[in-house]
Amino acid sequence: MPDRSTLLRVEHLRKVYESANGDVEAIGDISFTMRSGELVCIVGPSGCGKTTLLKCLAGLLRPTSGLVEMDGQPVTGPSPAMAVVFQEYGRSLYPWLTVRGNVELPLRHKRLSRAAREKLVTDAIEAVGLGHAGRSHPWQLSGGMQQRVAIARAIAYQPEVLIMDEPFAAVDAQTRADLEDLVRELHTTRGISVLFVTHDIDESVYLGERVLVLSASPTWVQEDLTVDLPAERDQISTRAMPRFTELRTHVYDQIQRAKRGQTVAP
Amino acid sequence: MTGHTARIANRSRGRALGRRVAAGFLYSLGLPFLLLVIWAVASTSSTNRFFPGPLTILEAFRETWIGPAFVDDVLPSLYRLALGIAASIVVGVAAGTLIGLFQWLRELLEPLLEFFRAIPPPVLIPVMMLLLGITDTMKVAVIVFGAVWPILLNTIDGVRSTDSVMSETADSFQITWWERLWFLVLPAASPRIMTGVRQGLSVALILMVISEMFASSAGLGYRIAYFQRNYLIAEMWSGILLLGLVGVLLAATFGVVERRVLRWYHGIREVNRA
Amino acid sequence: MHVLSIRRPRSLRKVLLGVVGLTGFLVVWQLIPTLGLVNSEYLPYVTDVLARLAEELRDLAFWRRLGHTMTSWAIGLTVATLAAVVLGTIVGLVPFLRRATHTVVEFLRPIPSVALIPLAVLVFGIRMQAALLIIIYASFWQVFVQVIYGVADVDSVARDTARSFGLTRRERLSHLVLPTALPYLMTGVRLAAAVALILAITAEMVIGNPGLGRMIELSRSAGDAVGLYALVVVTGLLGLLVNLVFRFIERRSLSWHQSVRGEEVL
Repeated sequence: MPDRSTLLRVEHLRKVYESANGDVEAIGDISFTMRSGELVCIVGPSGCGKTTLLKCLAGLLRPTSGLVEMDGQPVTGPSPAMAVVFQEYGRSLYPWLTVRGNVELPLRHKRLSRAAREKLVTDAIEAVGLGHAGRSHPWQLSGGMQQRVAIARAIAYQPEVLIMDEPFAAVDAQTRADLEDLVRELHTTRGISVLFVTHDIDESVYLGERVLVLSASPTWVQEDLTVDLPAERDQISTRAMPRFTELRTHVYDQIQRAKRGQTVAP
Repeated sequence: MTGHTARIANRSRGRALGRRVAAGFLYSLGLPFLLLVIWAVASTSSTNRFFPGPLTILEAFRETWIGPAFVDDVLPSLYRLALGIAASIVVGVAAGTLIGLFQWLRELLEPLLEFFRAIPPPVLIPVMMLLLGITDTMKVAVIVFGAVWPILLNTIDGVRSTDSVMSETADSFQITWWERLWFLVLPAASPRIMTGVRQGLSVALILMVISEMFASSAGLGYRIAYFQRNYLIAEMWSGILLLGLVGVLLAATFGVVERRVLRWYHGIREVNRA
Repeated sequence: MHVLSIRRPRSLRKVLLGVVGLTGFLVVWQLIPTLGLVNSEYLPYVTDVLARLAEELRDLAFWRRLGHTMTSWAIGLTVATLAAVVLGTIVGLVPFLRRATHTVVEFLRPIPSVALIPLAVLVFGIRMQAALLIIIYASFWQVFVQVIYGVADVDSVARDTARSFGLTRRERLSHLVLPTALPYLMTGVRLAAAVALILAITAEMVIGNPGLGRMIELSRSAGDAVGLYALVVVTGLLGLLVNLVFRFIERRSLSWHQSVRGEEVL
């Protein structure tokens, strides 16, 4: 049983973009916590500031106000405790490096012996099922395989939490199902904590232990839903469960309400 | 039976390959051969002494360049050319990276760079002669002063247009400054840098020739001008031929290096085209 | 409006910094001979050079020389462009010719144009025709290569569409090939304009036909450093003007091209 202490704490996070025509409030007031070893999905209507939220959490963007805490330490910049998997795998992998080179790159400045580094890289590449493709270049692989490389790079970095920004939005449906199962597998077998941002309701329910439903912009957390499906999930039987249908219908209704602006901020 | 058909299939495939090779051969050498023949015929039937036949030029080429002249004139020229190109690449890429990384530096220097780039490089030969005298350093300096601009400006453009997601990836993994430079910024800019180098090479060759035509008592450029002044027509043509060969060799060498350095770049383009 | 208002302080800063850079350069130039780092016989004071420049601009003989240079530039550029457009279109449209001419082009193109100066002098003597030969040879390739690229770049789907609608050869040329190749042609002409100016001045320096280049060579042999530097500045300004004008023309033709394709980003 993994440790279930608080890992990530977000309090009253607010982000305002300044522009000449007045300020744009992307995130209104977001608070939530995430425990270690959890898989939390964040869904929301399109344009609700999911990517902004994620960049604030990852320390790539400075929030206007509020607090992001990782292991009790405030996050002020990118931290080795987090690794991000971006949606645009084609632009997040470096085409001039091989698959191995890409996975190895973030480890270069970690104080590791050469052997330990090699082992981490090999291990991560095998964990995502690309053991045969280490010497290929990313552009020689399919989109799904490229996203696997990005995931391998993130887990080799050994973060405490994996932050994924709509990682499967650009791959076809079948590849997507495989990748979803890969994330579930990494989560259950390795106990990796995952924060998974998506716009796909089914995906959020299928993957998550908890689903945070965001409101329309300026964004707050409209609902924090626990997904009480069994931990052992698979694409056919889990998605056929009546409870799965209930949950996805519930989330769907919430998002429709959010789009119509029928909800009230806390 | 099957072995037999396979052999026939093999043979006919071999024949098709042979035909393709022969066609390629004809295509690549047909027109040059035709032009040479026309030239040869025209030069024997005409009395214009400025256009000797190809065989005469070839003979002059053998007599002029194969021997001590190669060591005395050609090698020093090529040495200065190589030195100038190397210095241009080092200076252009280093300064270009620096200027490309810092916006204020770019804004500070932009009008100056625009102006210096616009100066026709041969104009700097008299200036360099004033400042450095008639020396080898002056010739190399002229080459660098002309060839560095395309490399510099392309490097700046390449460095500043580093992809935003790639930068964010580097940020999120807390990659160090040097790693970022070496594994992100420079490779990302390398297609532009290579474009700049290609342009720089032809400028460098031109400047090698002119700087020697102006202020020298040896070197390829000097020799050609000397032959012309003394009406050694076939020898002069052989010099032009030699310069052409140097140019082709330079372009071919660059092509080989570029394909190696930018293998990933050409690979992506091929994948996208398919 | 929105974009403009953000840009204004940016561009103001840019102009200011540019002016600072330029002033700094002039000050450094003035200081070098003043401090005796370089003898002012070799690097004259910037104030002297600028004074001479102003003097030249009032001198009719200077404008006549400039006229000579620009005349051979304009004639050379025009002839080279016309020849390159005609030959480039024919070679680019006929695959047989493209393959057959490849070797010849690859051999002739890298020959440094200045290698032909002795030949030009032999054939034409110290006259403008000698300079024209060099200018045309050098600028021809810039346009020729671009035209071949441009003509070959015609979209195959667009070409098939045109065929299937039964467009005549003439219609295809004017509605399909020309619009595709035009931006390439403009890039070629811009490059050729710069090259033609360089060689116009170079030819005058080496051959000795009248013009700015000859004047530079005369200043050098007369030991007139101030005049030499003033003329170098003139050629730089001239080159800058040519670059700016042709870049403007190119951008006009490019923006038209992109708006037709609906790719305009701004």
